[in-house]
Amino acid sequence: MQKYSIFSLVKNAFSNHENWDLAWKDPTPKSEYDVVIIGGGGHGLATAYYLAKEHNITNVAIIEKGWIGGGNVGRNTTIIRSNYMHDDNALFSEFGMDLWRKMSQDLNYNVMFSPRGIINLAHSDAQMNVYARRGNSMRLNGIDAVLLNREQVKEIIPMADFSENVRFPIFGGLMQPSAGTARHDAVAWGYARQADSMGVDIIQNCEVIGFDVSGGKIQGVRTSRGNIKAKKIGLCVAGSTNILAEKLNMTLPIETHLLQACVSEPVKPVLDKVVTFGAGHFYISQSDKGEMVMGGDLDGYNSYAQRGNLPTLQHVLTEGIAMMPFLSKLKMLRTWGGIMDMSMDGSPIIDKTHIEGLYLNCGWCYGGFKATPASGWTFAHTIAQDRVHELNAGYNLNRFNTGHLLDEKGLGTKTWIS
Amino acid sequence: MLHIKCPHCGMRSQNEFSYGGDASVKRPELGKEISDEEWNNFVYNRKSLRGKHWELWQHLSGCRQWIKVERDTATHEIFKTLKANEEIS
Repeated sequence: MQKYSIFSLVKNAFSNHENWDLAWKDPTPKSEYDVVIIGGGGHGLATAYYLAKEHNITNVAIIEKGWIGGGNVGRNTTIIRSNYMHDDNALFSEFGMDLWRKMSQDLNYNVMFSPRGIINLAHSDAQMNVYARRGNSMRLNGIDAVLLNREQVKEIIPMADFSENVRFPIFGGLMQPSAGTARHDAVAWGYARQADSMGVDIIQNCEVIGFDVSGGKIQGVRTSRGNIKAKKIGLCVAGSTNILAEKLNMTLPIETHLLQACVSEPVKPVLDKVVTFGAGHFYISQSDKGEMVMGGDLDGYNSYAQRGNLPTLQHVLTEGIAMMPFLSKLKMLRTWGGIMDMSMDGSPIIDKTHIEGLYLNCGWCYGGFKATPASGWTFAHTIAQDRVHELNAGYNLNRFNTGHLLDEKGLGTKTWIS
Repeated sequence: MLHIKCPHCGMRSQNEFSYGGDASVKRPELGKEISDEEWNNFVYNRKSLRGKHWELWQHLSGCRQWIKVERDTATHEIFKTLKANEEIS
């Protein structure tokens, strides 16, 4: 594989950049693989990469119905954070933060990781107390957290509404300075390129039609490009998990819901943090191109549409304007939607299943992007070793039977309610 | 925007409604032994169909009645609405 560097850039400049190697190949599926990963999104690509890199398993195929990186890894708002209170979530996410910091070097691909910090705003004394508790929990788990008062927040984001007569005054906020953003497409492409170079077959335009299971063991997968035998199969299909589960006669604690995001026209640098509104559900950051990247609530009903409706967008942006009034002057550039695998406790599932050789990675709700490296790393471990790693032990499927839920937000089973 | 025909009030905008989830989920019958698996299926496990989906909505800013709606989860088309006590055919 060609290494990307200043020297290769200069060298290729002399040939008008016409002789770069393809970043990944377009192979025909073989009849058999050691591991087949279904879903060529961030998590699937990362899983294949870590299977090859950490476990030396390279006879691997990723099969993807559309094109790689066309689902949620290309549709999210690129926020990376580990500001969780519960140990299982905090330790998992912080492990991921470490992988994020090294990712550009590790993949030889600039993922533009920008640890600019995230501020969760608080709008009451009670909320400040909750944030103090969460911040303390984070620090006990080795994650950086700073509790800011109103004046400190004002210094960092003076464009927020600090006037006297507002419905939700800013009391302060909880900041994780090491949180940030990354270039989402580069994450998918970087993992794809490295996985491909280690021998992983990336097979696009390949839809799963069914599975071959016999004697309680997975035998292979039937696809639109032929039958593929596999010793092990990992599902990494986010919002499409239930569609594949139905083909396996499994019913999962997951519902598929629609989440929208949007960007404004590009403006000069105004916001160098990720900021979330504490009295509703709205988050914002500014991209390197200058667009304000915004998102918030789910549309709130089961959907596979990958496109949203206006009432939710209007509601979300009303919150945004309440928080930062200058947003009302901006024109909207784009809106889009993605489908989320909403689990019943708001936490993901990375586990084995009752079918031998079949592994499950799903339930990321609307927090899947930041988890990409840690999810891939732990899922690769779970598949390679046929046992969960301690980092994803809490993300087991059986917790819904035993009552050991990981309910970070305390919302109960209807995590799609806003 | 969705337009939902409330069986009590007629065609109304989505803004007046609140979503209540899969309408095919049945609480286990009382007065008999209920296994953990049955409870688990009732509380957590969902088919989350792609395509036609019967679901509960509440006409919150209207008559406040719960209703059943048959909607396509891929196209958002609404086919049929029923009162809460009417059986899905």
